[in-house]
Amino acid sequence: MSILVIAEHDNASLKAASLNAVAAAAEIAGHLGQTEIHMLVAGHRCAAVVEAAAAIAGVAKVILADAACFEHQLPESLAPLARDLAGSYSHVLAPATTTGKNLMPRIAALLDVAQISDISAVESADTFVRPIYAGNALATVQSSDPVKIITVRITAFDAQGSGGAAPVENCDIVVEQDQSAFVDENLSVSERPELTSAKVVISGGRGMQNGENFVLLEKIADKLNAAIGASRAAVDAGFVPNDMQVGQTGKIVAPELYIAVGISGAIQHLAGMKDSKVIVAINKDAEAPIFQVADYGLVADLFKALPELEQAL
Amino acid sequence: MKILVAVKRVVDANVKVRVKSDGTGMELANAKMAMNPFCEIAVEQAVRMKEQGQAEEIVAVSIGPQVCQEQLRTALALGCDRGVLVTADGDVAPLQVARILKALLDRESPDLIILGKQSIDSDNNQVGQMLAALAGMGQGTFACKAELDDGRITVTREIDGGEQTVSLKLPAVVTTDLRLNEPRYASLPNIMKAKRKPIDQLTPADLGVDTASNLKTLRVSPPAEREAGIIVETVQDLVDKLKTDARVI
Repeated sequence: MSILVIAEHDNASLKAASLNAVAAAAEIAGHLGQTEIHMLVAGHRCAAVVEAAAAIAGVAKVILADAACFEHQLPESLAPLARDLAGSYSHVLAPATTTGKNLMPRIAALLDVAQISDISAVESADTFVRPIYAGNALATVQSSDPVKIITVRITAFDAQGSGGAAPVENCDIVVEQDQSAFVDENLSVSERPELTSAKVVISGGRGMQNGENFVLLEKIADKLNAAIGASRAAVDAGFVPNDMQVGQTGKIVAPELYIAVGISGAIQHLAGMKDSKVIVAINKDAEAPIFQVADYGLVADLFKALPELEQAL
Repeated sequence: MKILVAVKRVVDANVKVRVKSDGTGMELANAKMAMNPFCEIAVEQAVRMKEQGQAEEIVAVSIGPQVCQEQLRTALALGCDRGVLVTADGDVAPLQVARILKALLDRESPDLIILGKQSIDSDNNQVGQMLAALAGMGQGTFACKAELDDGRITVTREIDGGEQTVSLKLPAVVTTDLRLNEPRYASLPNIMKAKRKPIDQLTPADLGVDTASNLKTLRVSPPAEREAGIIVETVQDLVDKLKTDARVI
C-alpha cells in the first residue's frame, strides 16, 4: 500500500502547504517501511504544478487528473475522483487549509470512514495527535479504518525538500456533476509573504481601533518582511478581511517571530499562534492574558510604540 | 421552502477548560455550556431567510444527551419552528453525526441545510462536508454570504486567499463562517413562546444509525506550557532583546 497526498494548487503553482503534507506522509511512511508516497494533481492545464510535485523529495509518482471538470477543484468533483483512487492507498493526506478542510471530509464520507483533522504529530501509522478545544488539549487518536483520511497542521511539519524526479502517470477519470458550479474568486493581492508560511507575523487586534490604523503595522511589516494578521475581534469589528484572521477558526501560524499588537489574548487567538518561536506582545493593559504567553511584553500605548518600533528597526 | 439547522451543545467559548488528571477527556463538570457559536450563526441565517419570506419552516436538530433540549429551546426562541433531539450519550463522531442527519433529511426533505463550520470543542470541521457527500448534495462551506435564487443558492466562501463564490443546486448544505451574520439575542416573550414549541425525540437506532466509530481517543493531554517571558520597559529594549537574545530580527 502507498500513501496519497493531494496537491493544493491553483493550476499555476503548487502551494507550499503541500510540502508540509508530504513531510507528514514521509513520517507515516517511516513507520510502515517500504511505502511509496504518490501525489495527486487534479486540475486543468497545470503543467507547472506537475513539475513542482515531481521534484519533491520522496514523491515516487505523480498522478495527473487533468480535465476541465477539475479546473476549480470543487469538492463535488474531486471527492469522487479521490474515492476511486483511494483503494490502492492506506492513507490519503492534504494540508489543513480551507481547501483541504473542504475536501477531505467529503472523501472520507464517500469511503464511509472517519476523517482525522489537523494532525500535529504522527505516533505510528494509525495513531496521531491532534489539538482540540482551541489547542487547550491534545488528543491522541487511533484509527482502525482501512484507509485513513487526514488533514495536516502545516505548522507542525517542516516543509519537505526538493530533489526528486518522479514519473507522471495520467489518470483519465472524469467527474461530471451538477451539484455545484464555480462562480468567481476574489483573492487578496499582496506583495507580502503568506500568513501561514511567513517567518515574521505582526497582528493587530481590537486595540487598533479601525482598519486605517493597520497602516502602522504595514510600515513595520515592510521592514521585517512580515505578513500581517489580525485577531477575531478585529475581523468581527470589520477592521480587516477574514483571510487575515489568526486563531482557532482562522489561520494557524507558527513563525519565528509573532508580534501581537493591541490583542488581549483570548484563548481562541492563542490557539492560532502559541506555537510561534518568539512571541512579542504590545498592549497598554498590563493584565491582558497575551502577556502570559509572550516572551517579551511591552506595556505601552500602541499608537506611540509602533512608530517608535518602526524607527528603531 | 424548509430549512434544517443543526445545533451542538458545547462548553461556553469563554470558559478555559482543562484536561482531566486521568487523561480521559476534559474537565467539564459544572462548566457553563452553550450553543456552539457557529451554530448560532446558522440559526440566525435560517431565521433571516424565514423573515424575508424565503422559507416557511425551520427545523432545529441536536444530537446528544437530554440536556441538549436547552440548546434546542434557545434555537426555538430565536425563531426555529420545531426541534428534533436525537438522544445519544457520550461523544458522537462526525461521520456518525452526518449519518444521523442524513437519515433526518430522508424524513424531513428540507431544501436547505445550514450548519456551523466547526464546533469549538472537537474542532473537527467535518460534518457539513460529510452530510453533503452522503446526501449527494453540493456544499457551500465557510459561508460569509448566502443568497437564494430560483432553486439555487449562491454562497460566498471564506478561503485562505480571500473569497470564492459557488452556485449550488438545492437542496444543498451550507456551513457558516463568522461574517455571515451577527446572531441576535432571544427576547423574553420569544423564550416563553419557545416553551410551547414541539421537540420530537428519536434515538440513533430509530434512524437506523450505529454510533460506533473506528476512531478511538486513546488519551487527552495538556499542551506544553510556554515558559514565562519578561516585560521590557522601552521599544529600544525590545528591539535589542530581539536582536541579541532571541536573534529573530
